[in-house]
Amino acid sequence: MTTDTTRTAVPAVEARGLHVRIGASHILRGIDLTVDDGEVVALLGANGSGKSTLVRSLVGILPASQGTVSLFGASLGRQVPWSRIGYVPQRVSAGTGVPSTAAEVVASGLLHGRRLRLPRDARERTLAALEQVGLADRAQHGVSELSGGQQQRVLIARALVREPDLLVLDEPVAGVDHPSQTAFAETLAGLVRQGTTLLVVLHELGSLAPLVTRSVVLRHGRKVHDGPAPLPTAEHAGDSHVHVHPHEGDDEPTVSLIQDGGFGS
Amino acid sequence: MTTFLSELGGMLSTPLMQRSLIAAVIVGLAAPVMGTYLVQRRLSLLGDGIGHVALTGVALGWLVGSAMGLVDSEVLAVPGAVVAAVIGAVAIEMVRERGRTSGDVALALLFYGGIAGGVLLIGIAGGTNANLMAYLFGSISTVTTSDLYLTVGLGVVILGVGLGLRSALFAVSHDEEFARASGLPVRALNVAVAVVAALTVTVSMRVVGLLLVSALMIVPVAVAQLVTTSFRRTMGLAMTIGLTVCVTGLSITYWQAQSPGATIVVLAVGLYVAVALLRPLVRPQRATADPHPDMMDDVSITEGADRCSE
Repeated sequence: MTTDTTRTAVPAVEARGLHVRIGASHILRGIDLTVDDGEVVALLGANGSGKSTLVRSLVGILPASQGTVSLFGASLGRQVPWSRIGYVPQRVSAGTGVPSTAAEVVASGLLHGRRLRLPRDARERTLAALEQVGLADRAQHGVSELSGGQQQRVLIARALVREPDLLVLDEPVAGVDHPSQTAFAETLAGLVRQGTTLLVVLHELGSLAPLVTRSVVLRHGRKVHDGPAPLPTAEHAGDSHVHVHPHEGDDEPTVSLIQDGGFGS
Repeated sequence: MTTFLSELGGMLSTPLMQRSLIAAVIVGLAAPVMGTYLVQRRLSLLGDGIGHVALTGVALGWLVGSAMGLVDSEVLAVPGAVVAAVIGAVAIEMVRERGRTSGDVALALLFYGGIAGGVLLIGIAGGTNANLMAYLFGSISTVTTSDLYLTVGLGVVILGVGLGLRSALFAVSHDEEFARASGLPVRALNVAVAVVAALTVTVSMRVVGLLLVSALMIVPVAVAQLVTTSFRRTMGLAMTIGLTVCVTGLSITYWQAQSPGATIVVLAVGLYVAVALLRPLVRPQRATADPHPDMMDDVSITEGADRCSE
């Protein structure tokens, strides 16, 4: 964790006129986004609005068709201080063709940029990261034996293990039950107190609301709001509204599908 | 017992058998290392694709050799296979990177193009399909000392890259997008896997033959992952299995005149079947653990059924 002495005026994330096309689809249509050091920015919007595409292009997974992206002042590429950035993908299965333990998956987060071999203290750091997400006792378990929520926490630990200054999370709490969401919000609050910058893709602010300093809303690949958290629409507000998210898959509840007339993701 | 030991001593003192055994040890250790990465990326058939392309390389080397008027037109066969296999592997990697859906078709094209090209070229070179058989099904008994040097050299490269870069290759094979988001040189690592897999195919060609190369890369991994939960142990166990079946299979053919390649692969597949059948008896599935994730109930139940005790 970098201390305040290294804080500069350079924004953690800066995107200018970002366009992303995948095949014939024009997903992002000119996004300008700045995330300053120490901010907690929520990225909101309906399914298919381009939230995931935006964060995926910000961390270099998807190439920009137009526009520029800089992380900590360095345009995407080798110059980026990758050790300062942690990315948590939208829930995917953490397992693959060959069995691997939670510790092995988390340790892979210690590699970045030109560091292709594990550091000497890899074991301790891996266990510390798993401890942070409450899975220290599962370090030697195969990831495919873990539940969906636990696999998601393994992926979060993989991003935390390099002690990033900027954490980019793509729907970290989708499909996670409420108590786990609260626990997760507490973990994030601890990181924010230590000065970590957060960029979080969310469906709704939920338990992360107290942390968020700014909200950015996307609609049809364009930024339509940038400022304080917007009020939820009537159907979503209030305690009476029950949020039911499927465990897997990205189908939205019917209400918001009708509302947004989204063009699919 | 004494006869067995003297038989064994007889086997080990034959120079031909010594060379074959060294080749078998190297291949037995190296093939499962690359096989582990291929299985992890769900590219188990890549080795087969490369093997078929290597056949065209063998014939091409032969053609060049006879065109140059070399006394032994087979001299360039192995270098030809190495070059063709590397080019084929990189081509598959490029196709895979571009669009995921066509990777399957690209492999199929390589299978058929490789075999047909090899057969046509060997005809042009004045050879017969019989000349190709040694490469298709292995010819460990024809391993010369210079072949052995090449095998050892390539074996060192394969093990050096496969084990030395294990963490990085694991990261890129496990989650390519996360590796990209970590700024790792994903393309370079992917090409490294493809090239080293191609080298593995050409090294193993002599021992088990191009048609069975992939078995030696994949089957030991398939056996290992039946009983392991970690990537490191899967790779280690697969190497042990590869080594064991190669040495055992080759030794059997010293007494029983059989194809070494086929014997080795049958042993490996037999081991898979045996482990798959015995596993439930030896290591029963842990039935005590509740398969349901730890979640708080969304509904509160005040009366009715008791909570599941397990």
